[in-house]
Amino acid sequence: MFRGFSAIVYKETIHILRDPKTLLLMLVIPGIQLTIFGYAIRLDVENIPTVYYNLDGREASRVLLDRFTNTGYFKFVGQSYSDDELNGAIIDGRAKVGIKIPPDFSDDIALGKPSQVQVLIDGSDSTVAMQALNVANAIAMQSSFQIIQERLPGQRQPIEMRPRVLFNPDMKTANFMVPGLIGIVLQVVTMFLTAFAVVREKETGTLEQLMVTPVSRLGLMVGKLSPYACIGAFEVFVVVLLMRFLFQVRIEGSVMLLAAFSILFLFTSLGLGLMVSTIASNQVQAIQIAFLVMLPSVLLSGFMFPQESMPYPIYVFGQVFPVTYFIRILRGIILRGAGFSELWPQGLGLIVIGTILLGVSATRFRKTLG
Amino acid sequence: MVPELAIKTHGLTRKFGAFTAVDSVNIQVEQGSIFGLLGPNGAGKTTLIRMLCGLLRPTNGTAEVMGFDLLRQTDEIKRHIGYMSQQFSLYGDLTVLENLTFYTRVYALPRQRARERIEEVINITGIGDFRNRLARQLSGGWRQRLALSCALVHEPRLLFLDEPTAGIDPVARRALWNLLFELSNAGHTFFVTTHYMDEAERCSHVGYIYYSKLIASGTPGELKELPEVTPVGLERLRVISDRQPQAMALLNTFGYVRDATIFGDSLHVLTEEESGTRLRDAMQAAGFQDVHVDSIPASLEDVFVTLTRTMDEARRV
Repeated sequence: MFRGFSAIVYKETIHILRDPKTLLLMLVIPGIQLTIFGYAIRLDVENIPTVYYNLDGREASRVLLDRFTNTGYFKFVGQSYSDDELNGAIIDGRAKVGIKIPPDFSDDIALGKPSQVQVLIDGSDSTVAMQALNVANAIAMQSSFQIIQERLPGQRQPIEMRPRVLFNPDMKTANFMVPGLIGIVLQVVTMFLTAFAVVREKETGTLEQLMVTPVSRLGLMVGKLSPYACIGAFEVFVVVLLMRFLFQVRIEGSVMLLAAFSILFLFTSLGLGLMVSTIASNQVQAIQIAFLVMLPSVLLSGFMFPQESMPYPIYVFGQVFPVTYFIRILRGIILRGAGFSELWPQGLGLIVIGTILLGVSATRFRKTLG
Repeated sequence: MVPELAIKTHGLTRKFGAFTAVDSVNIQVEQGSIFGLLGPNGAGKTTLIRMLCGLLRPTNGTAEVMGFDLLRQTDEIKRHIGYMSQQFSLYGDLTVLENLTFYTRVYALPRQRARERIEEVINITGIGDFRNRLARQLSGGWRQRLALSCALVHEPRLLFLDEPTAGIDPVARRALWNLLFELSNAGHTFFVTTHYMDEAERCSHVGYIYYSKLIASGTPGELKELPEVTPVGLERLRVISDRQPQAMALLNTFGYVRDATIFGDSLHVLTEEESGTRLRDAMQAAGFQDVHVDSIPASLEDVFVTLTRTMDEARRV
């Protein structure tokens, strides 16, 4: 079934070693990408640029404004002296939040009358807007409650929430992003590598030459994939080290299990590259098709956006990509310390997708030459 | 056991959609022969070779290659044939030795035997001096020798060569053909496509494929004797004079001349029998100097030109 496997591995290894520039790129690119994206992609919202328009100016208003800065979410970048100026600061992008305190704020508080503080939020960046809105509301609640407590001594907060965030207590973006990023980076590199390796042979006609020999299709395909799987395995090693020591993300679960699932994922992802190569007839087409696969796998795999909130058909489509399963495995093992008993369905998913990819590629292989 | 015929096809046909690339071809190739397949570009030569190698499935018809059934024993066939495709299809970034080693592994030769065989093949093709040269650094002629070496590694008795001499210089071309003769004497069978008439003349058997059909097949001698080529009552003359183009124009006006074509420094004329003297007198009367006329047999080029013309006329009707 695997006739010719060792011959293909032999020559593929020479190809790789004879091109040290490409080899070096293959080995360092994932590490570089992980480092850049790992630092660049942050969902934490801090230091939102804020302007205020304080018509009151007395102590109570200043205490309220201090509360905003003390949360760490807001950072005052200036003061306005009119409504137009306040609006203008948000429109020209200098600030994302504007706070307007009415002239009789201190009087109303002292008299026990409700007072309205206006908070303008730039909604064009929804993540920032959401965060600003939540924090502003919380500040209002807290301040109000404190005032009530001062008026009615002995009164205690009736319900107190005590949330505890499991697995990523500091809510660090790195913990969420970096494991997923490992999956994405590996899928991209391995897919491109195999797609190119096969399409190049198509272009030079060497593939046809091989078809006249007793090399079996499976021997040819697996033989071509194996050396790249080794490179991929090395890449996994590098990026996991970077994650652990550069981004300080600890691996809670079993490293061996992670290694085993990684190898499974690599073959599936290489199979994806093989699939691309059966569709493309030259390297330019291969790039285009690979990009076509890459974008949805970044957006729909749950890497950045939760799959649960996607429309059902899109959710199902997202299950086609091997990286979807691998990201769940990565987050499971690295962050939650999940074991085989929790993650085997994801492994099964990889096996099913991988078998389909290899099977379809094998049949298409025959067709492209027939 | 070696079958008597290396290749035997019966009604072999391949269609691509509505287009028939190879149309019910019957071919017989004897063991140890060099079979040259000729025909214009697009006539179906490569398609026929690709079918015989098991790269393409025939739409219709059957064939036996080295005694194996083309439809059911493709794997057996692949083990017993060698194939050199039109374009250079070895790995340019591998050395000569690595390319050869790769093929010994593809055919699963045991290590010891592989080493011996590589030396044997290197001796046959004489590529030893370039052992450690990258394949892409070889010149055209040596690339073809390397390709042939790789195709020989598993000791196939039958080799398919698709335009092996296209684009290489005349000296390398001659050297490659001498190599083919040596191998043929040692019992190898060759199935070669070519555009060169001088190569066709060297083949032991020749087939001519035109518009997807095999319209002639046999030894070069047999083809030249074909009645269609030199019909009864006609003969071929070679006419030499001081001005070829003018002579051709004049000869074509004579009623007894069927065809006059320039071949280098002479004219080949198909004319009624016993008209040689008449022709020479007429030319001298028209003022041509140094006129020589002698009788010649048909060349292979004459054969193919005549057969093509006959086919075209038949198609037009």
